[in-house]
Amino acid sequence: MSRRLRDTARAYLFVSPWLISLAVFTAYPMLASFYFSLTRYTVIQPPAWIGLENFQVMFAKDELFWLAVWNTLYYTVVSVPLQMLVALLLATLLNHSTRGIGFYRTAFYLPSLVPAVVTTLLWMLILDPRAGLANAALETLGLPKLGWMHSATWSKPSLILISLWVGVGQPMLIFLAGLKDTPQSLLEAATIDGANRWQRYWRVVIPLLTPTIFFNLLITLIASFQVFTTAFIATATATGATAAGPLNSMLVYMVHLYRQGFRYASMGYASAMAVVLFLALVLLTLLVVRSSRSWVHYEGAPPR
Amino acid sequence: MNLRRWTEPVLSHLLLIAVALLFLIPLWWLLITSIKPLDQILTIPPIWWPHSPQWQNYLDTLTAPAFPFWQLMGNTLFYCVVSTIGTVVSSAVVAYAFARMRFVGRDLLFAITLATLLLPGVVTLIPTYVLFQRMGLVGTYAPLIVPYFFASAFNIFLLRQFMLTIPVELSDAAHVDGASDFRVLWQIILPLVKPALIVVAIFNFIYAWNDFLGPLLYLDDSSRYPFSIGLYAFRSRFALQWNLITAAALTITAPLIAAFFALQRYFIEGVTLTGVKG
Repeated sequence: MSRRLRDTARAYLFVSPWLISLAVFTAYPMLASFYFSLTRYTVIQPPAWIGLENFQVMFAKDELFWLAVWNTLYYTVVSVPLQMLVALLLATLLNHSTRGIGFYRTAFYLPSLVPAVVTTLLWMLILDPRAGLANAALETLGLPKLGWMHSATWSKPSLILISLWVGVGQPMLIFLAGLKDTPQSLLEAATIDGANRWQRYWRVVIPLLTPTIFFNLLITLIASFQVFTTAFIATATATGATAAGPLNSMLVYMVHLYRQGFRYASMGYASAMAVVLFLALVLLTLLVVRSSRSWVHYEGAPPR
Repeated sequence: MNLRRWTEPVLSHLLLIAVALLFLIPLWWLLITSIKPLDQILTIPPIWWPHSPQWQNYLDTLTAPAFPFWQLMGNTLFYCVVSTIGTVVSSAVVAYAFARMRFVGRDLLFAITLATLLLPGVVTLIPTYVLFQRMGLVGTYAPLIVPYFFASAFNIFLLRQFMLTIPVELSDAAHVDGASDFRVLWQIILPLVKPALIVVAIFNFIYAWNDFLGPLLYLDDSSRYPFSIGLYAFRSRFALQWNLITAAALTITAPLIAAFFALQRYFIEGVTLTGVKG
């Protein structure tokens, strides 16, 4: 008993940095977010209790809040499935080719290393509405030029395009590693049973990959709802205009939250927004985990 | 059948090359714009190679008072190096406890650790800021760096998985010889998980190098800016000088690309490790 106690005491010494981190940088701020969300708080003065007023304002009065929700949903619903699909397609193609795999892998992965500031500025240049590279390409193809980030219609697709350029490489590498792990014996067994290539892919390869797809989907979803840097830089104009892109079409959730909290010093309101996003993401995570029971296959997965 | 045997690889390579070009052209555009004169940047048709490369764009950028290169470099390296040392050391110590020590509440604590991997950062953002503000640390690097010294869920998880692959006999034998846990960790475990330590270090270094929101929130004095905010500030001064902006942008991107080519094995291994085990 005393030995066990001593072992535990020593182990807690080892995990103490992490316990402190959990308490100071996770548990406390989480609880404080909930508390601040029920207050009016400008940092200069101590938080003043106002009950649910922040939430009432958010849901009933703040039209920009709903616009931000819409912009973020639009961005996520298009961008995340596209990222997953393109990554899976590229990984599948690479899995079947032996030549040049190193070159392709590098080409697809390099953009994800580029700092977000550089990425955003670079794409603002490429998507310049007058004579950017993208519009030059469209004109060569005989298509009409687009306004890209200067158009309320095309600004969100512009952000999605950037997210694809940055966000495909990483899941592609992960999917590729998963595909390479498909046990040869299962494929041979399927062939003996008369499965053609298409059937082997959909009935053997993809089901074995579903745990990996599931994990990446979840991580990408959570990150996508909190997209910030690209939209922030793309909408920070030198002219001091207050709209986030044309007609606020690039006002994503985090940009709105940042403006409320750090530009207008409404920390209470920003905390309320943080709490709403947090609860929405918890709910979404639970839904995705629940749905996974019907499409993620764990049994028969190869031990690693 | 024979036809299919060679048309398929050809089609698949054609598709791969097309997509690879789409991924690489923006990087080429970054490079090429940075050596163009101003009037050759936004043109239709596009100019793929400038008639007279302007290498002095780099000189202009690196000596521009609005882009104090060495100061930005010093700040960025400080942030990257110190935070990386902090997270590697603290995460290794915590991971060792999860991998090798028996203690009450270990499995529960590990489950909590995994759960925090999914925790959206937004829910801790504001109170953490307020906390550092009350301590009078906003405007310094402390809010950006201190948290790294208290381990991170992801790094703990990654290092623990690696440590679990080391045969228990090795550390048991050392314990029998009277070695303390710290010595076992330092002399036996850490040398064996070096590849994992390098992966953690690389990814953390790059994360800090690219971090934008952290410095945006916590740093107000431009003499303390790292590259990310420095480039952002530079751009707001020289909004339309795309050649100078891309020269500055390439300067802060090139070290990462060079690091990738030098340490490619660790990058691929690292990314793969992060995603396969859910």
